[in-house]
Amino acid sequence: MSLLSVRDLTVSFPTSDGVVRAVRGLSFDVEPGQTLGIVGETGSGKSVTALSLLGLNPGADISGSAVFEETDLLTMGQDAIRRVRGAKIAMIFQDPLSSLHPYYRVGWQISEAIRAHTRMSRDQAMRQAVELLRLVSIPQPERRVQAFPHELSGGMRQRAMIAMALALRPKLLIADEPTTALDATVQAQLMELLGGMQRELGMAMIVITHDLGLVATVADRVLVMYAGRGAENADYRTIFRSPHHPYTRGLLASIPGAAGSGGRLIPIVGQPPSLIRIPSGCAFHPRCPFAMDVCVREQPPSAPVRDGEGHWSACWLPPEAVGISPSADADRERYVKNRQGPAVSRLRDARSSRSGGDVVYT
Amino acid sequence: MSSTPDLGQPPLPERIDQVQPDRPRPSETLLSIENVVKHFPIKRGIFFKRQIGSVQAVEGVSLEVRRGETLGVVGETGCGKSTLARCITRLHPLTSGRVVFDGVDVSRLSPRQMRPYRRRMQMIFQDPYGSLNPRRRVGSIIGDPLAIHGVAEGPERKRRVQELMEIVGLNPEHYNRFPSEFSGGQRQRIGVARALALRPSLVVCDEPVSALDVSVQAQIINLLEDLQGEFGLTYVFIAHDLAVVEHVSDRVAVMYLGKVVELADTAELFGSPRHPYTAALLSASMVADPERARSSHRVVLYGDVPSPINPPSGCRFHTRCPKAQPICSVEEPPLEVKPGDPQGHVAACHFPVQPGETLVGANPTFRGAAAGLAATSPAAGGEGAG
Repeated sequence: MSLLSVRDLTVSFPTSDGVVRAVRGLSFDVEPGQTLGIVGETGSGKSVTALSLLGLNPGADISGSAVFEETDLLTMGQDAIRRVRGAKIAMIFQDPLSSLHPYYRVGWQISEAIRAHTRMSRDQAMRQAVELLRLVSIPQPERRVQAFPHELSGGMRQRAMIAMALALRPKLLIADEPTTALDATVQAQLMELLGGMQRELGMAMIVITHDLGLVATVADRVLVMYAGRGAENADYRTIFRSPHHPYTRGLLASIPGAAGSGGRLIPIVGQPPSLIRIPSGCAFHPRCPFAMDVCVREQPPSAPVRDGEGHWSACWLPPEAVGISPSADADRERYVKNRQGPAVSRLRDARSSRSGGDVVYT
Repeated sequence: MSSTPDLGQPPLPERIDQVQPDRPRPSETLLSIENVVKHFPIKRGIFFKRQIGSVQAVEGVSLEVRRGETLGVVGETGCGKSTLARCITRLHPLTSGRVVFDGVDVSRLSPRQMRPYRRRMQMIFQDPYGSLNPRRRVGSIIGDPLAIHGVAEGPERKRRVQELMEIVGLNPEHYNRFPSEFSGGQRQRIGVARALALRPSLVVCDEPVSALDVSVQAQIINLLEDLQGEFGLTYVFIAHDLAVVEHVSDRVAVMYLGKVVELADTAELFGSPRHPYTAALLSASMVADPERARSSHRVVLYGDVPSPINPPSGCRFHTRCPKAQPICSVEEPPLEVKPGDPQGHVAACHFPVQPGETLVGANPTFRGAAAGLAATSPAAGGEGAG
């Protein structure tokens, strides 16, 4: 049984410019003790997904379901979700300086989180805060509990955030770009720390990031998001070795050092779409080198690539079109060749008419 | 209007002292920086500001950049790589040291004397939002260098700007748009066009792709590579993303707390790092390849980079180094070729990493180690460590 089971999650924000459709029918599962990596670019809806699960998106229109331990997080009342948030599902954010309160001492903030969910005296909670800081390898925790957030370095602040998140031994930890603001060596320290904690507590993790390197290192399963939808979902080996969705394939080809790249990088043309005006059909079609007429017309459903292998992809290409090798690309090209009609030629005209634009340069 | 001095090849003055005299003369050096030091004073007081210390951002860096090559500079936040970039282009005055550009020491030139050299060294900045004036039109932003240096006016300037826009992959019809109408990647192209306007020889790129989305990064990297081939540019490429630096650079310098700790050809540096910091940095970077990412032994360094206001004595890395010995805190190791290394590979370490050696992180587990190691952290006082 999955620990968290999200089905058809849809989140939109009404704004004066139009409705921002941040998440559009997203489904995924998180198994106990497992790490799910959610990868996507800016505006792909990955953070909005996390915030919606925890009821932290006031003002958004949310539909779908997110069943956590047999209750739906999305239909819970404010009081009920507050009991879950922090205790059973904890979250750490990208920027530890803006997510810690600058006016309160670190120890106070950690003990507040503990006292919000347990019946514990101030002193007990503070003692536990010291222990937690020790657990996350902060030197001299007795002194650091008295520090204000600005007195700690970036790495230490993120450690303090981790300490706070782990205080109540959550079942699920959502880490939203946990290491993006940090240097490589500090990033390695923190991921080691989180990995150790995860094994110790048997907790599941959702790691949200744009960094494919981080995903390659820590994730068991990977969900690739594009324009608010799940593009591909598979175990980490499949994602990096035999991806099905051209977007996943494109990401791998455009990153130096990734499995698919060698020599010159192959960028994805264009840029991510506006979430107010999402392209018709498959949202990736204007940037997809394998776009067919059907892609312009119809949105592909998320379907199993091969039965029973836990590999889903939302693309009209046939299931055997997987892989990152040039021959796999040639196969894809052969397949799409006689499926490209007037819609694709219009698309090509649009691309080249913006001559010199972002779209044509590769 | 001031008349710009003649741009013809400046006379080559005294020969530059070389960092390694035994090294064969490299294929023509375009830029040579010698012992560059940059300190930022820290002042206190209201009326009589007295200097109470200084941030030692760059502390005696010597590097040579050959014509047509890409020299990568990597390091973590606060290692001085951006300050070094600004010292090279003279956006900061140097505290001491020399910057020799094409045979001429430009570090002491007056602003007017500097002008002809400014044309030849340009910079691309990290933040495509902060580095473009939001209230000016793209055409005039890119045309600025042409106007300032009196290269082209009126319709001729417009023609040149549109040509530049075309070169970097922007639509020349967007001449009259504002930066806010462009995406991050397109803005970075505007920055590139502006840097290219005066046909420079040297372009210093300070984190040119780190603010961009993954799929757009590759577009800019490819653009920079193409332009290098087309215009014979020399790049100093500063970045913290090791995979990007490995991809674009011919040689790479690794900086730590204001000093270059290792310098080598890219393949050599990534293949057999000699400085423990380089080794740790390489092992800490997460490659987007699950087999490599999971199999490699990760050297986890303990603690953070110490403050450059009061850097550690001796080798600045000794407080975090898994191989540190007593001598490391006393004597600063010189940047030199280590036994068995090719000529161009220099490292500053008393106990360089041996081929095949596995470094053990200073902080073996996440628990319990804190107390014992607290004493080694320079930020922490001595007490309470037991």
